[in-house]
Amino acid sequence: MILYALRRLAAAAAILLVICAATFAIFYLMPADPAQGACGKACSPERIAQIRATLGLNHSVVTQFRDYLVGIVAGRTYGTGAQVVSCPFPCLGFSFQTNEPVWRMLTDRLPVSVSIAVGAAVLWLAVGVTAGVVSALCRGSLWDRAAMVAALGGVSLPIYFTALVLQYLLVVKAGLLPYPQAVSLTADPVGWAESMVMPWIALAMLYAGVYARITRGEMLESLGQNYVRTARAKGLPEPTVLRRHALRPALMPIVTIFGMDLGALLGGALITESVFGLPGVGKLAADAINSADQPVILGVTLFAAGFVVLANVSVDLVYAALDPRVRAVG
Amino acid sequence: MTLLTVRGLSVDFLSGVRAVDGLDLELAAGRVLGVVGESGSGKSVTSLAVMGLLPPDARVTGEVRFDGRELNGVGQRTLRGLRGNRIAMIFQDPLSCLNPYYPVGFQVAEAYRAHRRAGRRAAHRVAVRMLERVGIPEPERRARAYPHEFSGGMRQRVMIAMALCLEPDLLIADEPTTALDVTVQAQILDLLRDLRERSGTAIMLITHDMGVVAGLADDVVVMYGGRAVERGTVRDVFYRPRETYTKGLLACVPRVDGPLPVRLPTLRTPVTAAGEASEVTV
Amino acid sequence: MNPPVLEASDLVKRFPVRHGLTRRLVGHVTAVDGVSLCVEPGQTLGVVGESGCGKSTVARLLTRLVEPTSGTIRVAGRELTALDEVALRPVRRDLQMVFQDPFSSLNPRQTVQQILASPYLYQGLKPKEPVEELLERVGLRPEHAARYPHEFSGGQAQRVGIARALAPRPKLVVCDEPVSALDVSVQAQILNLLKDLQEEYGLAYVFIAHDLGVVRQISARVAVMYLGAIVETADRDTLFSHAAHPYTHALLSAVPLPDPDAERSRERITLRGDLPSPLHPPSGCPFRTRCPKAADRCAAERPALQAIATGHEVACHYPEPLSAERTS
Repeated sequence: MILYALRRLAAAAAILLVICAATFAIFYLMPADPAQGACGKACSPERIAQIRATLGLNHSVVTQFRDYLVGIVAGRTYGTGAQVVSCPFPCLGFSFQTNEPVWRMLTDRLPVSVSIAVGAAVLWLAVGVTAGVVSALCRGSLWDRAAMVAALGGVSLPIYFTALVLQYLLVVKAGLLPYPQAVSLTADPVGWAESMVMPWIALAMLYAGVYARITRGEMLESLGQNYVRTARAKGLPEPTVLRRHALRPALMPIVTIFGMDLGALLGGALITESVFGLPGVGKLAADAINSADQPVILGVTLFAAGFVVLANVSVDLVYAALDPRVRAVG
Repeated sequence: MTLLTVRGLSVDFLSGVRAVDGLDLELAAGRVLGVVGESGSGKSVTSLAVMGLLPPDARVTGEVRFDGRELNGVGQRTLRGLRGNRIAMIFQDPLSCLNPYYPVGFQVAEAYRAHRRAGRRAAHRVAVRMLERVGIPEPERRARAYPHEFSGGMRQRVMIAMALCLEPDLLIADEPTTALDVTVQAQILDLLRDLRERSGTAIMLITHDMGVVAGLADDVVVMYGGRAVERGTVRDVFYRPRETYTKGLLACVPRVDGPLPVRLPTLRTPVTAAGEASEVTV
Repeated sequence: MNPPVLEASDLVKRFPVRHGLTRRLVGHVTAVDGVSLCVEPGQTLGVVGESGCGKSTVARLLTRLVEPTSGTIRVAGRELTALDEVALRPVRRDLQMVFQDPFSSLNPRQTVQQILASPYLYQGLKPKEPVEELLERVGLRPEHAARYPHEFSGGQAQRVGIARALAPRPKLVVCDEPVSALDVSVQAQILNLLKDLQEEYGLAYVFIAHDLGVVRQISARVAVMYLGAIVETADRDTLFSHAAHPYTHALLSAVPLPDPDAERSRERITLRGDLPSPLHPPSGCPFRTRCPKAADRCAAERPALQAIATGHEVACHYPEPLSAERTS
């Protein structure tokens, strides 16, 4: 089991390295000159040359990539002589726009993204899985059909639409909630929750439908398994039959997609954060793309990829812990 | 004493298929009743009807009396109290019948705890004892193993341990050896013979294999198209069959002993109300 | 005497076992371990054994659906293992196969007409006889040609499978458990059909099955396999009345007889335990772990397949004496 975990982690590290290289290559091949971007519009050729030297852009691409990697794992310095700027571990460079370290920008915005992702995940899991289980148990009933139509609706509505409708209804019309803003959970829990409710609902609507449909399908499949018949033949109470012998196997695929979805969201919910104006990692990415802030884009990409890879590893490990057959194969 | 009486049992599915058509059966305590037939004869549907385990789209009519009590039409609560407790069942494919996510010891103990007030520990001890009784080596260690870590024969032993841990009056064995290799089948049949002698459990043995019935059953019912076409003691049915269908069924099995026919006789099927028997899968 | 239609010698098939992320090789499973077979024209060789004994792999090796690791196969005197795909094609006509599950081996989107005519299409030949006649040969009606496989019962579909194998007029048909998915009454019909076709066309069969009764019914010679190797081979009557290998004995005594008195009174050899893992086969004789007669020599030395009488070969250090009667 430990060996298995180590192997999965080694594989994850390799994948991250590949992503890193690919992202770096894309930015290197882009026509825009990073020095120009760093310096701004009105910039003298001397200044550009100086920036090129400081950022190490005169070196070969391999050297630049190596320096970038060293920066991430050990920190690095930019420039030489009097103009040395030190960038401590983990160094993802500095924003062209604000000159802030990219790593600090990311960590500053992470709590907002995590709040949105985790809250929405709890909501969609609760609603989606419950609806799916009930649908499977009352297959063909009015509830089943209504729930599945609603699920399809939730999946097909774009998030910027539901977000705007929610804001209009809950904030403008009913006045129940304030406009969302970044509120710290520890400083003001109520204000935090009030700001987060709408993004949670908007995101959960999108995902709950998918989860309800998958849960229903998996549940119907596991209900048809022979071991469910065995459980009934043993005389187990029906709730035990359903929970132990039908639901548990049905939840296995849910674990997989849940891990992936949550991992992707932790790296920033780009549209949701932008629509609600919440300063999370996704909003940072959107802003950086608009202003061609290359170090930030590179940083956000790697950061998000890191979460996805981490989620993948976690899913594999959780799966191995839950499924004895996977454990055996190792 | 009669343990199980089935009178005029019919099972209709919503699709319009009548899988069982006015069946009568009788099984005395401690006896072994062999129910033989080809696929679509309704033998498996009959066993599930007795257990009350048919899918909701099946309509069961007729009488199923177990130990003097009518079972058809009673609530799930009553049935649940009997299932696993006084009537247990084993199936054809032991791998798919065991839950892959739980150790086998847990699954045996689960059956015990469903009907007896027992703590986890006590139930586990019962499970280990049962696994030992059905011939699983190192039962203490193997109880913590998962179904995929067992061979086919060992899995069927686990199923038998699960079925017998509450010492039921009736064991319904639905094709218990069909998925197994012949040498393993011989082991399982030996085990069933042995358990029957020691515990006195009555067995309803459902199979397509005339050889399995010949070795284990006291009485035999031959089913075709949802009906019993012939019934009697095992010697009557095998040595003095009255129906041409039974004669044909006995003659068309290629045997490893005795004279060798150049061509196997083919079967003339009896005419039933429903005409051709349709295949039913449950 | 005619040359054998099939001659396989010392067939070996090892499957690599890979493990982990890098798929590194951790060992081999020897599915078939030095099997030699010979089939005369118009004759049936039965190959019998329990699951995991390698009999299905033998079927796939003979038809070159699986490449052997080593060994040679000759069909009608022609060396098969040396031929490439293109050169193999005309030989394939002589060598057809019938599978266990007719539904999964027939294309569900083709009508019977298309299924039966396609071999000629690919080989660029004219059909030897109209599809309708072929269908009648296997006991189906001409109008069945327009139907799709799912419209047939199991027995009928297997008849289509047989017609498909028969269409190119092969010399040899390899049948892999062709009746084990069928009810006994249908099974009898298919066995009779196979016998009739054998007489009519002079076909030779390699008939692979786990059911000893079925194998006895159709075979002239029988080979018994255990853990990838043949442990005994003899003509049918010798094998079923004077089996010399303890495994053959155990197999025969394990088959339940449809005869209550005989079944209850006979002495039975019940084998202990399960088949050993083919990944870690036992030393010496592969059967020694379950053999009631196993001795020290069996662990040390693997017995070779040796003739104990004309046409009767056994791989055992302590075979039953020839005069011994059957145990059942």
